Amino acid sequence: MSFLELAWNILPKLLAGAVVTIELTIIAITIGIVLGIPVAMARVYGNKLLYTISTFFVEIIRGTPLLTQLFILYFGLPSVGIMLSPFVAAIIGMGINSAAYQAEYFRGAIQSIKKEQLIAAYSLGMKKVQAIRHIVLPQMFRLVIPSWSNELIYLLKYSSMAYMIQAPEIMSQARLIASRNFRTFEVFIVVALIYLVLVLVLSKILDSVERRYRIPGL
Amino acid sequence: MEQLYLIWQGMPSLLSGTLVTIELTIYFLALGFLLGILLALGRVYGPLYLQLLVIIPFERLFRAIPALVLLFLFYFGSSFFHINISAFMAAILAMGLRSAAYQSEIFRGAIQTIGEDQMKAARSLGMNTLQSIRYVILPQALRLSIPSWANEYAVVLKDTSLAYAVGVTELLRQGRYIVARTFGNALLVYTVCALIYFILVFIGNQLLRFLEEKYKIPGYEIKTRREQSVLERI
Amino acid sequence: MPHVILKVENLYKSYGKLAVLKGISFQVNQGETKVIIGPSGTGKSTLLNCINQLTPPDKGRIWLEEIEVTNPATDLNLIRSSIGMVFQHFNLFTHLTVLDNVRLGLVVVKKIPKDKATEISLEKLNQVGLADKINAYPAELSGGQQQRVSIARALAMNPKLILFDEPTSALDPELIGEVLNVMIKLAERGMTMVVVSHEMGFARAVANEIIFMENGVIVEEGKPDIMFHHAQNPRTREFLHKITELYGGKAE
Repeated sequence: MSFLELAWNILPKLLAGAVVTIELTIIAITIGIVLGIPVAMARVYGNKLLYTISTFFVEIIRGTPLLTQLFILYFGLPSVGIMLSPFVAAIIGMGINSAAYQAEYFRGAIQSIKKEQLIAAYSLGMKKVQAIRHIVLPQMFRLVIPSWSNELIYLLKYSSMAYMIQAPEIMSQARLIASRNFRTFEVFIVVALIYLVLVLVLSKILDSVERRYRIPGL
Repeated sequence: MEQLYLIWQGMPSLLSGTLVTIELTIYFLALGFLLGILLALGRVYGPLYLQLLVIIPFERLFRAIPALVLLFLFYFGSSFFHINISAFMAAILAMGLRSAAYQSEIFRGAIQTIGEDQMKAARSLGMNTLQSIRYVILPQALRLSIPSWANEYAVVLKDTSLAYAVGVTELLRQGRYIVARTFGNALLVYTVCALIYFILVFIGNQLLRFLEEKYKIPGYEIKTRREQSVLERI
Repeated sequence: MPHVILKVENLYKSYGKLAVLKGISFQVNQGETKVIIGPSGTGKSTLLNCINQLTPPDKGRIWLEEIEVTNPATDLNLIRSSIGMVFQHFNLFTHLTVLDNVRLGLVVVKKIPKDKATEISLEKLNQVGLADKINAYPAELSGGQQQRVSIARALAMNPKLILFDEPTSALDPELIGEVLNVMIKLAERGMTMVVVSHEMGFARAVANEIIFMENGVIVEEGKPDIMFHHAQNPRTREFLHKITELYGGKAE
C-alpha cells in the first residue's frame, strides 16, 4: 500500500481524533479564561494573602511540566480516591495549566493600561469595582487578544500530551492504527500534516480576528 | 510514614533521573543555541533564496508540529530509514532542532533591535561581515537575548519530560518505575517529581538572572524586556 | 601640484525609480575641508555612503589617492579602514566602553597589539578632550561627548580622509560647540575632511570650498566668501540666505 493510500485509509480515524484534540483545546482555553481572570485580579488588586496564593499558584504551574501535572491528576489522584477519566483529567490539567499562563497575560494587559484611565474613571465618581468593570476589563480583553492567539495554538499543540494519559485524541488514534499496521512513521507523518493544517488554519482565523478587534491607540 | 520511607528509598533513582533530565536539557539547549544563532544570522544577513527555501520552512515546520509528534517522527523515522540511533539521540535531535527554531526567533529579534547603525559603524572601520558580527553584533544580541532565553530554558527543561514517551529514563520515567515497583502512592511520587522540576527551573532562572546582572551595561533596557518576555509562553 | 586624496567622477545612484545622485563629480586635495550643503533629501548622506561603498553606487568612479575604490577587485575593507566616518547618530558600539570603542578597529582590523592600540586610543581620546571618560559606556555620555568619541574612533585608524555625515544635527544646541571645536582643530591640523553640515559658521571658518547640492546634482561650488556673497545661481543664494537665518552665521 502506497503512502497516499495509507494516508487516505487512516484519515477518517485520525480526523475523529483531531475533533477530540480541538474539543480539548477549546474547553481548556475556556477553563483557563474563567480561572485566569480571578487569579490575575488577585495578583494586581488583591490583598497580601490573595496575592501570595495567586503568585504561588502561577509560579508552581509555570515551573512544572504539563505532563507531570497530567500524571498527578490521572495517575496520582486515585491514591486519594479520586478517579478521573482520561478526557476529564486532560481538560482539567490543560485548563489549570492555561489559567496560570493566561493570568500572566491578563496581569500584563492590566498593568499596561495607563493609570490616567483609572484616575479619569474616579474623577467621574466611579468606585474601584466599577472602574475595573467598565474601564480596565474591556481594555484588558482587547489587549490580551494577541496573547490569546498564541495560547490557543500552544494548547492545540500541547494537547498531544493528553495521549500520555490515554485521552482519545489524535495521537492515541495514531498509536492505535500503528499498532495494527506497523507503519508507525508514516502514520505520524500524516499526524504531523494534520497538525500543520490545523495550526495554519487557526493562525489565519486568529489573524483576522485580531485585525477586526484592534482599537486605534490601544 | 511508610509512604515517605518509600520515597526516601526511591530518591537515588529519582536523582539519577534528574541527572538525565539535566543532561537532556543541556543537549537540547546547546544544539538549539548553535543552530539557532546560525539560523538567525542567515535570516538577517543571508541570501534570500536560503531564507525562503531552507530557513523559514525549517522554522515554520519545527514550530508548528507538536514536540511529541516531532519526537515520534525522529524516533520511528530512524528505524524507517534504517538509521540506528538511540531513543536518547532521537530526543536530542527532535527537541534540539525544535529549540533551534525558537531560539532563532529570539536571536533574530535581538539582532534586529540592535539595528543597522551598529553594523554600518563596524563596516566603516573596515571590518568584514564576520568580524562585525563577532565583535559588534553578537555580543549585543546575546545580552539582549538573556531574558527570552531564560524563558526558553524553562520551556525546554519542562519538555524533556516528553522523552518519557520514547522510553528515555528521565525523571518522570524513574517516578513511574518507583510507582510500579512499590505499588507506591502515585500522587506523592509525581508531586516529588514536579517539585524537582520546579527547583530546576528556579535554579536555572536565578543563574540566568545572575548572568544578566553580571553583563549588564548602561543603555540596555533589559528590565522592560524581561517584563515583556514573561508574557510570552514560548 | 596639490596632492589629490579623493576624486569622485560622475556618480549615479537610484533607489528604485527615485534617482538620488545624478552625476556627481568633485575632488578633495590633501588638507582640504569641503562642506556639502543642500536641502534635506538631496542625496548628501547617500553621497558620503557611496564614497566608502557602504552604499554601492550604480555608476561612476571613485579614487582614494591612486586606488580606484569602485574597481571590483579593490579590497573595500582596506579602503574603509583608511576613510574615517562620523555619523549623525554617532553609532558608537553600545556594549563597549569608550576606550574599547576607539580600540576595536585597531585590534580587529589593523591587528595592532593591544598595548600599542591602547596607547593610540588614549592619545586620540586626549585630543578630543575625553581622557577622563575612557571607562564610561556610551549611554552614560552626553550627545556631544559621544560624537567626540566617534571622532576619536575615526582618528585612531589614522585615516587619509574623514567623512562627517551631519555630525551636529542630532545634538542639543548647547552641545554643538564642543564638537565643532574638535572639528575646527582637526582642520587646522591639516586633516582632509568632507563634511555634510548646516553649520554655516563652521563652513565659513574652515571650509576651503562649499558645495551646494540639490536634487542629486552639484548646483554650485566655490570658496565660502564667494558662495556667501557672490553666488552665481539664484537657488544657491536663496538657500544660503534661508540657512543662515535659521542656523546663524557664527562658528560657536
